[in-house]
Amino acid sequence: MIRLTRRYRFSASHRLDSPQLSEAQNREIYGQCNNPRGHGHDYLLEVGVRGPVDQRSGRVADVAALDGLVGSEAIRPFDHRNLNQDVAEFASTVPTAENLALEIERRLRAKWGAVFPGEWPRLERIRIRETKRNAIELP
Amino acid sequence: MLITRRVEFSASHVCHSPGLDERENRALYGESANPHGHGHNFAVEVSLEGRPDPVTGMVFDLKRMKEVLHREVVGPMDHRFLNYEVPPFDRVVPTPENLAIEIWKRVAPHLNSPAARLHSVRVYETEDLWVEYFGEEP
Repeated sequence: MIRLTRRYRFSASHRLDSPQLSEAQNREIYGQCNNPRGHGHDYLLEVGVRGPVDQRSGRVADVAALDGLVGSEAIRPFDHRNLNQDVAEFASTVPTAENLALEIERRLRAKWGAVFPGEWPRLERIRIRETKRNAIELP
Repeated sequence: MLITRRVEFSASHVCHSPGLDERENRALYGESANPHGHGHNFAVEVSLEGRPDPVTGMVFDLKRMKEVLHREVVGPMDHRFLNYEVPPFDRVVPTPENLAIEIWKRVAPHLNSPAARLHSVRVYETEDLWVEYFGEEP
């Protein structure tokens, strides 16, 4: 088994503000990230897949197919967008890096079988680096 | 715990499988199938798993890891055309997957000790694409 990881980039703005919290609580919990007009990041997204190496191709996954899937589901919908306003899921869910990772996982799993119909490769790991100093990983 | 040593080498390769026809090769490997080859600055991270020796405080001697990696990987592969100059890539497609498996085979016999065993070989083809091999499944 081999794990292959591909790294992607997108830049997006967001504001962390929970409708379930008061204005004061939002400011307290999210600090600068609660700034009313939002702010942005250059996100790095790592997508890891696992599988056996195909003897003929020497590959565990068709990387172009993976790029196509991640591009249409997880890069183009977010790149140079305002996550709160341009992505339906984040109208009601706070676009933290945690929720972003879960949303990307949900989107990739929803279309995975259409792109990779066999038993392998499997989606194994998602990691989002929001800044150089913080990252979220779904093993 | 894991102890990791990294080395880098620059090499050219062509990803083209004799088991596939031209159209399939092009579809699967894209520009990597260009017949005259292209190159990368590959990076290899080899990790050993073990416990620190009570006397030396080391899981494994990093100097020895460095020697092994240079002798088995950097020496034979740096500034080479993998398909033509580094067996088995005259008959095995030099994808990063197959590179990781080959590097495992080359270094594993030299990196085991009573206190440590080879845990993984990670091969970066670029900063945006890498593979990890953890050895044969038991």
